[in-house]
Amino acid sequence: MEQKITIEPVTRVEGHGKVTIHIDDEGNVSQSRLHIVEFRGFERFVQGRPYWEAPVLVQRLCGICPVSHHLAAAKALDVIVGAGTGDGLTPTGEKMRRLMHYGQIFQSHALHFFHLVSPDLLFGIDADPAIRNIIGVAKKHPDLAVQGVMMRKYGQEIIKATAGKKIHGTGAIPGGINKHLTQEEKDNFLNGPDPLNIDKMISWAQDAVNFLKGYHKENKEFVDGFAAFPSSHLSLVRKDGAMDLYHGVLRAVDTDGKKILHDVDYQDYTKYIQEGVKNWSYMKFPFLTEFGKKDGWYRVGPLARMNTCDFIPSPLAQKEFEEFKAYTNGKPNNMSMHMHWARLIEILHSAEMMKELLNDPDLMKGDLVTKGTKQSEGVGVIEAPRGTLFHHYAINENDQLTMANLIVSTTNNNEPMNMAVNLVAKQYMNGQKKITEGMMNAVEVAIRAYDLCLSCATHAMGQMPLEVVLVDGRNQIIDRIRR
Amino acid sequence: MSKYKILIYGYGNPGRQDDGLGNVFVDLLEEWVNKEKLEGFEFDSNYQLNIEDAVAVEDKDLVIFADASTEDIEDFILTPVDASTKVAFTTHAASPGYIMGLSKKLYNKFPPTYLLHIKGYEWDFREGLSKQAKQNLEGSLKMIKEKLKNPSDLIDSFKEFDISIE
Repeated sequence: MEQKITIEPVTRVEGHGKVTIHIDDEGNVSQSRLHIVEFRGFERFVQGRPYWEAPVLVQRLCGICPVSHHLAAAKALDVIVGAGTGDGLTPTGEKMRRLMHYGQIFQSHALHFFHLVSPDLLFGIDADPAIRNIIGVAKKHPDLAVQGVMMRKYGQEIIKATAGKKIHGTGAIPGGINKHLTQEEKDNFLNGPDPLNIDKMISWAQDAVNFLKGYHKENKEFVDGFAAFPSSHLSLVRKDGAMDLYHGVLRAVDTDGKKILHDVDYQDYTKYIQEGVKNWSYMKFPFLTEFGKKDGWYRVGPLARMNTCDFIPSPLAQKEFEEFKAYTNGKPNNMSMHMHWARLIEILHSAEMMKELLNDPDLMKGDLVTKGTKQSEGVGVIEAPRGTLFHHYAINENDQLTMANLIVSTTNNNEPMNMAVNLVAKQYMNGQKKITEGMMNAVEVAIRAYDLCLSCATHAMGQMPLEVVLVDGRNQIIDRIRR
Repeated sequence: MSKYKILIYGYGNPGRQDDGLGNVFVDLLEEWVNKEKLEGFEFDSNYQLNIEDAVAVEDKDLVIFADASTEDIEDFILTPVDASTKVAFTTHAASPGYIMGLSKKLYNKFPPTYLLHIKGYEWDFREGLSKQAKQNLEGSLKMIKEKLKNPSDLIDSFKEFDISIE
């Protein structure tokens, strides 16, 4: 009799996702799916609101990466206020936004790695959840835990200084930014007492990359083989092919590294990307139009960015990038757990970029806003920590938003996450009579590589404790685990 | 100069109606503290708690977290916080107990800590609290103001709770 296992996070409010794993009569996994079962129509909610509210309104989507939504919305509105499509801002406007964005990437990646991932690596994916967390890390590896906490804090302080405040930041406005960096802020970020200064952050970022490389050396089979599968990859890159997390053109490569989306202007993204739907999930399935639903899906995020860019424009991260690329002989890297290696290289790159920006006098003086001729539509795209984030708005003659379309990173990774879950479920659960905590966590580890954040993918919010329900072919619950 | 260092920390998303109860609580309490010219207070507010908050709590004599609640409570309750290792699925938020447990492990500090649960009812994409949530907020403010006139009671009574700080 077929069994169905459900991994179901329950949110404080209503939205949630779940994983169902169907087990056939022989005890093998026949099918696994990541479902998103709730949708709150944010795109409809913003309709009718004045366009200039969008960069603040979109932060209601999510308390986890509000800065990414704030900046993507602001970039779309730059187009609408006639400030160009990404390169029309004043030097101060663009550089302050970049500093905000690198602060966001830095703190988000630090949280992801130290809080969510390092416990799996240090204690093993089948370790007791009571120790497999950052408190366990703090007990056994206090230096690593302190680094994670302080790197988060540094990034958060950068965000506060550039966005104005922690909640509903207002720093980025249509056409620019609303403040300069003060001399005191600059001095603190550059030369503050240890450990909260940029040189310490760069040094710790290097340590984190080295830690991961050391772990990889000792655990090659797991790191290389876990949830590895071929795919295409998509991200922004700078016009010269450099990694650029704030602005660029859209590039996609196939699993062999051949360019399949040729550095196109993201204002035209609807020509190249479509969003498919499936009847078992509210989360859409984006794909490259040219290749269709079946073959056009792609990965986004740190791994994709390593695969699409030609080089990283900061010296320490470039050195790490070269080592990363050499591991796959210059070909795209399709190993899901290498997402963490890529993420840590990006932490280092972000720290280097913050240092460069903090030493730039344009942050402390110069015009803040660019004005131009108003347009009726605009698209803003940014490389958020989890991947490419699209914001697309249209307005009417009364300056009200009439259309909004958001494709968030988690949505872009919908198909790959399903692929990863399916592979891992088969790898760990086939033929097993009892589903253990470790097997369940293996599925979570696959999802965590992509850093699933249901908050904005479902347009809901809340906490996500995990519930595991074992159901037989007659939909009878035969076991339930919750933590 | 106050004898105590007290942190009042509200969290939630004020763009989601009653989810902002903790944030509004902090704003209003800060106004009152300034008006009363009380010293030794720090106020903070964020979308959710996170690991770096372990740094903010470790040197305090008293910590009060404030959060919106969907629990089966009448209006509001104040409960002591114990150390927790519970971590959510893949989201980035952490619980007060998790933060305090981290502070204990990293800095060997676990000051008396309470969580104020204020019941909320509506969670849509709007700013502003529901009418019932506002009533609960007012009641909770009145209760906390009374207690903060003599913080040593809250500090001392924490020791009497049979809770784990390890």
